[in-house]
Amino acid sequence: MAGATANLEKIEGWDGQTSPMRASYGKLFMWFFLVSDALTFSGFLCAYGFFRHRFAGEWPDPQEVFHHFPFLHGKHLPLMYVGLMTFILIMSSVTMVLAVEAGHRKNRRQVLIWMFATIIGGFMFVGSQAWEWYNFIKGTDTGAVLYENKMYLYKVDHTTHAIDTTTLRFKGAELSKEESARIIASGEKFYGANLKHNEYGHIAFADFFFFITGFHGFHVFSGVIINIVIFIMALQGYMDRVGHYEMVEKVGLYWHFVDLVWVFVFTFFYLL
Amino acid sequence: MAAETHLHSDLHAQSLEHDAHAHHDHHDDHEHNESFISKYVFSMDHKVIARQFLITAVIMACLAMIMSIVFRLQLAWPGEKFAFINWVMGDKWGKDGILDQNAYLALVTIHGTIMVFMVLTGGLSGTFSNLLIPYQIGARDMASGFMNMLSYWFFFLSSLVMTISLFVESGPASGGWTVYPPLSALEKAMPGSGVGMTLWLVSMSFFIVSSLLGGLNYIITVLNFRTKGLKMTRLPLTVWAFFVTAILGVLSFPVLFSAALLLIFDRSFGTSFYLSDIYIGGEALTQTGGSPVLFEHLFWFLGHPEVYIIILPALGLTSEIISVNARKPIFGYRAMITSILAIGFLSFIVWGHHMYVTGMNPFLGSVFVFTTLLIAIPSAVKAFNYITTLWKGNIQFTPAMLFAIGLVSTFITGGVTGIILADSALDINLHDTYFVVAHFHIVMGVSAILGMLAGVYHWFPKLFLRKMNKNLGYLHFWLTFISAYGVFFPMHFLGLAGVPRRYYENSAFPMFDNLQDLNVLITVFAILGALAQGIFLFNFFYSIFRGPKSEQNPWNANTLEWTTPMANIHGNWPGPLPEVHRWPYDYSKPGTEEDFIPQTVPLKEGEVDGGGH
Repeated sequence: MAGATANLEKIEGWDGQTSPMRASYGKLFMWFFLVSDALTFSGFLCAYGFFRHRFAGEWPDPQEVFHHFPFLHGKHLPLMYVGLMTFILIMSSVTMVLAVEAGHRKNRRQVLIWMFATIIGGFMFVGSQAWEWYNFIKGTDTGAVLYENKMYLYKVDHTTHAIDTTTLRFKGAELSKEESARIIASGEKFYGANLKHNEYGHIAFADFFFFITGFHGFHVFSGVIINIVIFIMALQGYMDRVGHYEMVEKVGLYWHFVDLVWVFVFTFFYLL
Repeated sequence: MAAETHLHSDLHAQSLEHDAHAHHDHHDDHEHNESFISKYVFSMDHKVIARQFLITAVIMACLAMIMSIVFRLQLAWPGEKFAFINWVMGDKWGKDGILDQNAYLALVTIHGTIMVFMVLTGGLSGTFSNLLIPYQIGARDMASGFMNMLSYWFFFLSSLVMTISLFVESGPASGGWTVYPPLSALEKAMPGSGVGMTLWLVSMSFFIVSSLLGGLNYIITVLNFRTKGLKMTRLPLTVWAFFVTAILGVLSFPVLFSAALLLIFDRSFGTSFYLSDIYIGGEALTQTGGSPVLFEHLFWFLGHPEVYIIILPALGLTSEIISVNARKPIFGYRAMITSILAIGFLSFIVWGHHMYVTGMNPFLGSVFVFTTLLIAIPSAVKAFNYITTLWKGNIQFTPAMLFAIGLVSTFITGGVTGIILADSALDINLHDTYFVVAHFHIVMGVSAILGMLAGVYHWFPKLFLRKMNKNLGYLHFWLTFISAYGVFFPMHFLGLAGVPRRYYENSAFPMFDNLQDLNVLITVFAILGALAQGIFLFNFFYSIFRGPKSEQNPWNANTLEWTTPMANIHGNWPGPLPEVHRWPYDYSKPGTEEDFIPQTVPLKEGEVDGGGH
């Protein structure tokens, strides 16, 4: 019991027997895990930057790649859809903040409402990601020419977006009409992108696009699953039994992190 | 018992305010009648987990050591028939007692992988961080016992998969422990690039998970669970070293994870992150446009901090052992902490020195030369502080102390050749030669193993409640120490003469003919060193069961682990947690009767706490 009396003294800071960060070890676990995860993403984004710089001449212009919008086929709306899905994801972070705040007040009903909104936001984002992938894989109406395992792109006017199907480009350099005609005749048409070929430009763009947005999407999807678990636990009154809603706060940290990573992924793929 | 239970939950509740696990921990205290499975197999007790790590690492180390003897035999007597090789490698890879060429590459690769990751990362940090962090900071256990248990079992799985990979038909991974693409990326590149390489990646993924779970636990336990009065500036240097090591691991392993994931995509899904312009059998590969240098950057961003992940815990153990056995306070306690932090920071900005000859811009190379040479400063601070701690000390030559002093010796020897290799101009001549092999074996291989053995001898009473035999310990030390230098000292000359590493044999190069005697000498010392480990194994396993029971504080040390009774109690201290009143290095303090003052003894009136300033 001597120890119990000693505990009555107010102890703060780095002197021991207390948490210098004023955070429970559970929250610190999440923080340090996120630091670690951030470094994995940094590894990928640095690799992306390395390629982006090295193959600057062959890199696709994101505005020419991502300009689709549901129900508006044929209209050139660069980056509109990705803007929308980014907005949705950021809004889901806002609802997560509200859920955490409701948790501080131990208001179970509001925690449930805002967690539910966050889950819906997460699903909408993952769905949008799928739509984005679908368009990227399906490709443009005109496609490109694959000849001897090399991708020849059609010449595009960057202001009118008009495609000149008689002139080809290779590694950023324009070919002569005759050379183009010969390649178009002997090569095959290729539409869209996969892990081996990319009609928009350098293959690494497609590889990294699938890989990094896929890895991020996997994080979002895991986040949605975890959110659902927390939602069910809150629904069954687990947090009320243990007397606090810290678990909501911990998944909240993860969710904001995933959001923040998307801001970087978005910048790298769509803006740079 | 009731008081303990109450106190335990009370402490958690107090220090963590509203933590979800307070409830959980409270629950733990009622599990006093544990089954064999929950006590010894899926244990969440840090002491048991430490033993599990240690014994797994000892087994893996033996495996890797036997491998080194097999390929050393080939290097000393190329083409000679050895019944031993046939016995170890079987008819497939050791036909008539001659080592198969691919098997040679496989052995070198797996020897490196096991030693670097399973023994000196998992084994060293896993054993001593787990054992000493809760003990020396006065905590009941790790922050999360469950994650700690998972950390061990992922490590076990990782070791198991790596061992299994030795037995697949096409052989284990063979492209060197750094698994550079394209050898590691293309199944057709060499026999080991198939299933063996896949298993290597699986094993390493488990290892990264284990390292992450363990590392997070170590960091958070040190931050949140120090007992009353234990400021960061009163922590033993062991805990400081484990703490910084864990931070390095949490920051660098995720980058290895990114490198490995991209590699998996290149291997299995046809991407070309690392592949470009490759011809197999005269035919161009469709995968093109990538760069293997990207892999090297990502790999060495882990790889260099990894070197310090290996050596820092060994240096931490050495600091403690040298101070205890010199019966003197560690010299420059604050300087030691600063140098640990400086080494930790610098380790992240030097990775390019592994890549001087990859076509890097010479200016960038010179930047890496500069940052690499900077590491010599904190390293020298450590070396001088060890020597000044020993200076005029009342040295107790226990086996642990001999190993610790041995570490100081090899750390200096290896460090000096490090300065040579840090120079990008000299590296043009020395890269990929035996000079590099000799350098890193001495500075991180031998040093870290000596540190680990020092730790085993010193903390054996805490691990297994018994003592190891002293005389066998001396014999073990001198044979190990002499043969370690016997192996790696001549190797520098091989490297200076230009002998390339990783080669199966050099008989096709007449210019190396007169160096063959050196290779024979190295192998003789390697065999001697391996036999010496037999003495250790006997001493280790015999003492676990039959060694003399140890008294509570056999080395008259100050740190908290020696204030617990010689029994494995759940929660470490039977009563309340100890309170700390002073730094851990009050040895031979003038004006005191005994030559040591444990950390739990309150400061006397007017007494100034050491180290704190």
